[in-house]
Amino acid sequence: MAQIIGLPKLSPTMEEGVLVRWVKQEGDKVSPGDLVAEVETDKANMDFTMEDDGVLLRLLVKEGETVKLGAPVAILGKAGEDVTELVARAAAMTAEVSAPVSAPAPVPVAAPVAAPVAAPVAAPVAAPAPVAAAAPAAAPAAAPAAAPVSLGGKLLASPLAKSLAIELGIDLRMVSGSGPGGRIVERDVRAVAESGPKPADAAAAPVTGASSGAAAEPVAMVARPAPVTPVRYGDQPGDFVDVPASNMRKRIAARLTEAKRDVPHFYLMRRFDVEPVLAFRGRLNALLGDRGKVSVNDLIVKAVALALRRVPDCNAAWNGDSIRKFRRVHVGIAVAIEDGLVTPVVRDADLKGLGVIGAEVQDLARRAKERQLKGHEITGSTFTVSNLGMFQIERFTAILNPPEAGILAVGGVVEEPVVKDGQLAIGKRMTVTMSCDHRVIDGALGARFLAVLVEQLEHPESLAL
Amino acid sequence: MPVISYREALNQAMREEMEHDPNVFIMGEEVGHYNGAYKVTQGLLQRFSERRVVDTPIAEMGFAGIGVGAAMVGLRPIIEFMTFNFSLVAIDQIINNAAKIYQMSGGQFHVPIVFRGPSGPAVQVSSQHSQSFESFYAHVPGLKVVMPSTAYDAKGLLKSAIRDDNPVVFMEGETLYGMTGEVPAEEYTLPLGKGDVKRAGTHVTLVAWSRMVHTCLDAAKVLAADGIEAEVVDPRTLRPLDTELIVTSVKKTGRCVIVEVGWPMAGFGAEVAYRVQRGCLDHLDAPIERVTSDDVPMPYAKNLEDEVQPQVKDVVAAVRRTLYLD
Repeated sequence: MAQIIGLPKLSPTMEEGVLVRWVKQEGDKVSPGDLVAEVETDKANMDFTMEDDGVLLRLLVKEGETVKLGAPVAILGKAGEDVTELVARAAAMTAEVSAPVSAPAPVPVAAPVAAPVAAPVAAPVAAPAPVAAAAPAAAPAAAPAAAPVSLGGKLLASPLAKSLAIELGIDLRMVSGSGPGGRIVERDVRAVAESGPKPADAAAAPVTGASSGAAAEPVAMVARPAPVTPVRYGDQPGDFVDVPASNMRKRIAARLTEAKRDVPHFYLMRRFDVEPVLAFRGRLNALLGDRGKVSVNDLIVKAVALALRRVPDCNAAWNGDSIRKFRRVHVGIAVAIEDGLVTPVVRDADLKGLGVIGAEVQDLARRAKERQLKGHEITGSTFTVSNLGMFQIERFTAILNPPEAGILAVGGVVEEPVVKDGQLAIGKRMTVTMSCDHRVIDGALGARFLAVLVEQLEHPESLAL
Repeated sequence: MPVISYREALNQAMREEMEHDPNVFIMGEEVGHYNGAYKVTQGLLQRFSERRVVDTPIAEMGFAGIGVGAAMVGLRPIIEFMTFNFSLVAIDQIINNAAKIYQMSGGQFHVPIVFRGPSGPAVQVSSQHSQSFESFYAHVPGLKVVMPSTAYDAKGLLKSAIRDDNPVVFMEGETLYGMTGEVPAEEYTLPLGKGDVKRAGTHVTLVAWSRMVHTCLDAAKVLAADGIEAEVVDPRTLRPLDTELIVTSVKKTGRCVIVEVGWPMAGFGAEVAYRVQRGCLDHLDAPIERVTSDDVPMPYAKNLEDEVQPQVKDVVAAVRRTLYLD
């Protein structure tokens, strides 16, 4: 039976596209995976590939025409089928789709159109720009209408599919649903998980929902060989070992890849005199005695929190079409654990005393290593501090922890010749490097933040204010 | 292990409990001289005399009430309804007296009574004699409701029901009496409120009790031919319900089909479905399915009688829906 093919969503934020070129013509036979047309989206020119077998009976859109998402572009069926009725229906749908510019309801995607509206696994150019939610649980809910058919902008996925996606670190927007109405179900998530980490290749194979006929086969991968150059690790099988990645590893891989790919990073570096901080810490610890210890990192956490309070524009996140400014300051602290890292959060760090921060960080770090942290203890940070000073790293740059707009990479204490009162002397210096999300923080703003931070660290008694 | 019928298992349970405890007695229509309408009480009159195996007139309200009174003063009556269809004329005694007296007397009176008899559709006995009332009784606080599916369960659970200090509605499968199964020669009991996994599986949980357990086991065989492994969970006792067993299973499989021979509206399966979504929300991959009889009085005609009840094909279809296979 002939069906109307609607314009699929070729980028997560796409609402319409310009049909640049028809690659196939009326009367051409097409198979799943065939390139049918090139479509210019808000991101780039994208390949529009077919998900079903058949003959292109009618092309409904001329080259150069702008088409709304989901609007009919072609009729697919068997050779010689009568399509008069479908052409009329398509015309009616086009009118309906294009009529109200700001129609509140999403494009109604009628059943016959539903099948082909499956998103290809996005190529880097089409990669989702939106801020990835920090809390994993928020990801599915916050996901904008994308790949599968959605109702009222809500992503349709079974509860199990959602929990599984969180567990496996899979972005549901990248999964095509094979259940009724495009609902993403368990098998769809597993199929994506088993297809492995998505290659950063433009030509990643699109994942399509199983059509009603191919029900037993959960998700049909459209056959298109991924152009991956095989890597030769060695001639002998014993030359290497493939260690299966843990779920944590997979999640880190997915999130950091996404962050580095989607967030425009830039880096600001400051070297400062760390002697006042060291001296201050010495005095504090002498006062504390056996009641606890304050580390240089605790002082930096506190200084970062106060600096964020004074430069609140850095305590923010890119929110798609707005900037979310956080009213509270929650500082995440990167903690290395076996086979990965976590970032437990010191909440309201600007309001806490150094002793409290010290004790809290110590407790969080210990429980992080024991994997005893609860979900709420590792989510919700608004800025992160990562410290490799203890490993004699002088300075480094960190990858942002979305949706945060800033992360501070802290190096170790370095002794070096400095000029003091016109005399050459041996001073102690530390370098901090701030990675900024340029969508939120511009260079001057980031520099102001670092200036405040360094001023506080060079006058650590201000941390008591 | 000896293989005996479900009927014989029930008979053994009563016989053993009557041997143990002189306070246990049986009362009902045709339980004595006729050896029971379904021969469940076969030989008990001979063994225990008319004092403990009491034939009654056709007056369910009367002998149910006498049973409640006897229980209040220390006896342990087993009231047999010829079928649970006839319990409707005694339901006031069961709900308003048996179920409430312990609470309304401030704990002064226990009512250790068992109401038992066949339940569920039989074969061509039409609307008034082919009904399943477990949802009615399971609704009532103060009652326990037991519905065994096998000879082994029937014996162990009936013994526990007789020993229980509270009123127990013990509903036997009318079409299960002739079904045989292994039952240990030595004495045993099974706790009320504990279910049993009748078949282990990984893809879907089938929840069913009484005869529907067997329908589900048959469906599981059909499904297995397609590589679908169904887990069949038999709660055995509807009230109290072994929610944990069901929830644990559904958490494992992610899909649930509840099969009952009663009507759909406000049927017991609806309560099971509620508990499953409550306990397994994040584990469900598909809406919970229910398979029930059609929402009609039971027809007499054989072909229609089969058609309105849950059949293997209905269970298979529901399972396939939960797996998005059709």
